[in-house]
Amino acid sequence: MNPANYVYLSAVLFSLGAFGVLVRRNAIVVFMCVELMLNACNLAFVSFARIHGNLDGQVIAFFVMVVAAAEVVVGLAIIMTIFRTRRSASVDEANLLKY
Amino acid sequence: MSTLLAAAETSSSAGETVVFWVCAIIAVIGALGMLLSHKAVHSALFIASTMISLAVLYVAQSAPFLGMTQVVVYTGAVMMLFLFVLMIVGVDSSDSLVETIKGQRAAAVVFALAFAALLIAGIGSATYTALGLDKANTVDGGNVQGIAHLIFGRYVFAFEVTSALLITAALGAMVLAHRERHTPRPTQRQLSEERVRSGHAQNLPGPGVYARHNAVGTPAMLPDGTPTDRSVPEPLRGVSAVVGIDSEDTARVTALAAGGSVIPTTDEETES
Repeated sequence: MNPANYVYLSAVLFSLGAFGVLVRRNAIVVFMCVELMLNACNLAFVSFARIHGNLDGQVIAFFVMVVAAAEVVVGLAIIMTIFRTRRSASVDEANLLKY
Repeated sequence: MSTLLAAAETSSSAGETVVFWVCAIIAVIGALGMLLSHKAVHSALFIASTMISLAVLYVAQSAPFLGMTQVVVYTGAVMMLFLFVLMIVGVDSSDSLVETIKGQRAAAVVFALAFAALLIAGIGSATYTALGLDKANTVDGGNVQGIAHLIFGRYVFAFEVTSALLITAALGAMVLAHRERHTPRPTQRQLSEERVRSGHAQNLPGPGVYARHNAVGTPAMLPDGTPTDRSVPEPLRGVSAVVGIDSEDTARVTALAAGGSVIPTTDEETES
């Protein structure tokens, strides 16, 4: 089993996540796409750890998970605050800083 | 357990190929489903399946600790948090399909394809000789011990900074989600006085119960035959979840009240 296949899979998942961030309008779904990109990076880190034969990549993936958890908490709190004032979770509605 | 995992790692290349292809297909289908489903709840379920299959792939790549952490942190904590916020924000908040920037979707497709092609070309031009983690996982007595050795050894400063980050994130979430009460909480006496003063001291009418609809969104009928909005719970009134009463139903009720037959006539039966 060629370990490059895992890296290919992570590239595909990362591209799909980036596409979702660009296309979707619902802020929560955009957030899920960011999570997918982080997961794809984690898969690449784990694969590289296996390729290089040491555990540093796994430790980095672990730290990425911790940072992602913190990011989700703050991001969802921001989405809830915006929803409370604007009654909408669409990223198009939050444009008060535009002009 | 660790020896078992190590033995499985060395001997089952064919098994790993099968696991990889099954999980990779599930992961890509989950990601596509998340992108293409209109309801946010469906997106959440699709990405949960992607995350679980990624956890299986971690375990297959001799990273059992990360696999378990993936299940606990992502599918356990993060997705529950997502679903919790979805329930608050509104389950049926679906995307609008209107393009706000002209040609953005086509540009995004081109960008994603080009990006994927670039990544895959870059990955394909490198050569990989997998050293495997059999040695690294057995030096300290196992995968978890090896990761612990690194986290509390070489990466201990990053670990401490992570704790500061988590505390900051928790505080930030509390500050953002907190709502200050500007008026004092009304007492029970004030509430009852307010109720008597408002004109209807009695309870609001309950939702209607009919042969066809007994949902909580069904309005009750007043004695004069008109449906009343007040019988529907307040959160349902604004979002047009109020189920109207069929004119057919009301006509049948009137016919019954006027002494009509309970059994429907034959032409109605053939209709339905």
